[in-house]
Amino acid sequence: MTVESTAARKPRRGSKRTSAAKAPASAEPQLVQLLTPEGERVEHPDYTIDLTADELRGLYRDMVLTRRFDAEATALQRQGELGLWASLLGQEAAQIGSGRALRDDDYVFPTYREHGVAWCRGVDPTNLLGMFRGVNHGGWDPSTNNFHLYTIVIGSQTLHATGYAMGVAKDGADSAVIAYFGDGASSQGDVAEAFTFSAVYNAPVVFFCQNNQWAISEPTERQTRVPLYQRAQGYGFPGVRVDGNDVLACLAVTRWALERARRGEGPTLVEAFTYRMGAHTTSDDPTKYREDAERAAWEAKDPIQRLRTHLEKREIADAAFFTALDEESETLGKRVREAVRAMPDPDRMALFDHAYADGSSLVDEERAQFAAYQASFAEEGN
Amino acid sequence: MATEKMSIAKALNESLRKALDTDPKVLVMGEDVGKLGGVFRITDGLQKDFGEERIIDTPLAESGIVGTAIGLALRGYRPVVEIQFDGFVFPAYDQIVTQLAKMHARALGKVKLPVVVRIPYGGGIGAVEHHSESPEALFAHVAGLKVVSPSNASDAYWMLQQAILCDDPVIFFEPKRRYWDKGELDTEAVPGPLHAAVTVRDGSDLTLAAYGPMVKVCLEAAAAAQEEGKSIEVVDLRSMSPIDFDTVQASVERTGRLVVVHEAPVFYGSGAEIAARITERCFYHLEAPVLRVGGYHVPYPPARLEDEYLPGLDRVLDAVDRSLAY
Ligand SMILES: Cc1ncc(C[n+]2csc(CCOP(=O)(O)OP(=O)(O)O)c2C)c(N)n1
Repeated sequence: MTVESTAARKPRRGSKRTSAAKAPASAEPQLVQLLTPEGERVEHPDYTIDLTADELRGLYRDMVLTRRFDAEATALQRQGELGLWASLLGQEAAQIGSGRALRDDDYVFPTYREHGVAWCRGVDPTNLLGMFRGVNHGGWDPSTNNFHLYTIVIGSQTLHATGYAMGVAKDGADSAVIAYFGDGASSQGDVAEAFTFSAVYNAPVVFFCQNNQWAISEPTERQTRVPLYQRAQGYGFPGVRVDGNDVLACLAVTRWALERARRGEGPTLVEAFTYRMGAHTTSDDPTKYREDAERAAWEAKDPIQRLRTHLEKREIADAAFFTALDEESETLGKRVREAVRAMPDPDRMALFDHAYADGSSLVDEERAQFAAYQASFAEEGN
Repeated sequence: MATEKMSIAKALNESLRKALDTDPKVLVMGEDVGKLGGVFRITDGLQKDFGEERIIDTPLAESGIVGTAIGLALRGYRPVVEIQFDGFVFPAYDQIVTQLAKMHARALGKVKLPVVVRIPYGGGIGAVEHHSESPEALFAHVAGLKVVSPSNASDAYWMLQQAILCDDPVIFFEPKRRYWDKGELDTEAVPGPLHAAVTVRDGSDLTLAAYGPMVKVCLEAAAAAQEEGKSIEVVDLRSMSPIDFDTVQASVERTGRLVVVHEAPVFYGSGAEIAARITERCFYHLEAPVLRVGGYHVPYPPARLEDEYLPGLDRVLDAVDRSLAY
């Protein structure tokens, strides 16, 4: 396959969104929306979607269960069962919408907050908790669900995604790759380099930025002076801003971007404009830097409530559906709680496992010394 | 006398405050250092008092933070930058190693780079990965950088003042698990030189040398050994580059034995440098080979295993026993 630059190619869509506005990044965005905060279905000229009642209920279920899982993990952190938790509260639509746009053979590179995407990939949610409990650094095999390990160093995974996508293209496969990151991450050199490489090599990768308005205490204006989706233009690929609290729009736009990638049309930047309702992590104290009123304003745009209103108004789901889902949520919460409490600490010899694939005489020596040292306590009867 | 009991975190905050007050060219830069006061609150309240022009919340970009600090220093400022956690310094490692460390020499001494890079480092707080590492040897190996780490509130206060006054770049490693430990601080004292090691406990049988978070462990080990009738001297190195070998040598000449303790992996760690130099200098005084206690050659483990990885009292005492057995 010939590799050509997308720089010269006109973006198929999005060209009318690329005027160089000097507006601050927080200005009311022009965003793709298919479901209003009031639960009304609206149409967009470029992005359409037609879902069955089953699919709509499925999206709702995904969001509710993801939120329930997230709430349980937050509670478990408060109870001392987890060392830390990075909540996705408020970002369910961005994650479920984009996650449900993926095909099984697509590959996902998440940050540390993509619990909803993991859910869509079929990763058992309890697998996500090991690293937050401190028993492992990830602990799942990324190839099982094509869902890579969480990445804590900000922005690094966008390059991995790009390289993986370059490999997909070299293989002549028609799958796509998606990289998740935050608005703060957009400042990292790695992300700029990922944009450069993906454009130059026309890599089939979708950059999915969840702009949740904050990078710990810093608002998006501290990262950029132009709306984030407009960054893409400078690299030669399209950028789209989507209502990140609208699961239908997130699904439609991500699907479009993935299809573009599959067709060999290169990368897309999707900016999901959303909000982190809780603290950055359980270690953070948002009262130091953010007004309560801001959260309240975003609560009115809650992604789950908005779909629920729609389902109810259109009589797509009845009371029995919601009751059954409540029960399913409780069951999930209980399962997660029990799994975490039952999660054993690793054996101390595990320290020396997996430092190298091919082994190392140095590690072997240290392992033997460590074992002898531990045994010396046993001899003393301690 | 203005002696007060305060935590290391508070001492660092007071130190920054004093430096900002004294010299209008001092700037504080980093992620979340403004309104939030840093994730460890070391810069708490500084933006309120000194404004956004001097306490600068930066974009989330470590290479950018250090790279622009270099430019500001070239323009006559004295930036003190905060890297949020040890594991996040690596995006800036290129700027630190290829630029910050070498520019003075390349300009034949005409350019000064008074940049302080503050890094909370080390384990013991139950964090997720990249939040517990001890990369000091990676910096100490690079000529042109000075690398220090205080172990108590008084040193935290004074060493940071001295680092900011220093015309060379200083990598200032803060032992994060000791942030909340309190100690006496005299803000009117005359501090010793930044790079001088200090004998913090006298003894005659063996010398323990450590810095940063491990000094406390060594002092506890010395106290425990005392109960068994062993007299242990403890040297707080304070600086990993340069290293005050004279103080270590003088101690080893008295005790005849040395154990170096740090959290970082032993392999290629600062203990190796100290062991080699002290062996050269004190060969005829040594009763035992210099021993090292530190981390293993494995990635820093998940939190539930970190107590196995980090040198604790028992591992230090075990090394003491092994040394004394020679
Ligand atoms: C290279 C690096 N620097 C600093 C950090 C510390 N840190 C963790 S999350 C975070 C903010 C991230 O903000 P954003 O990219 O917007 O993602 P969000 O968490 O809001 O989803 C920071 C500064 C880090 N993990 N990695």
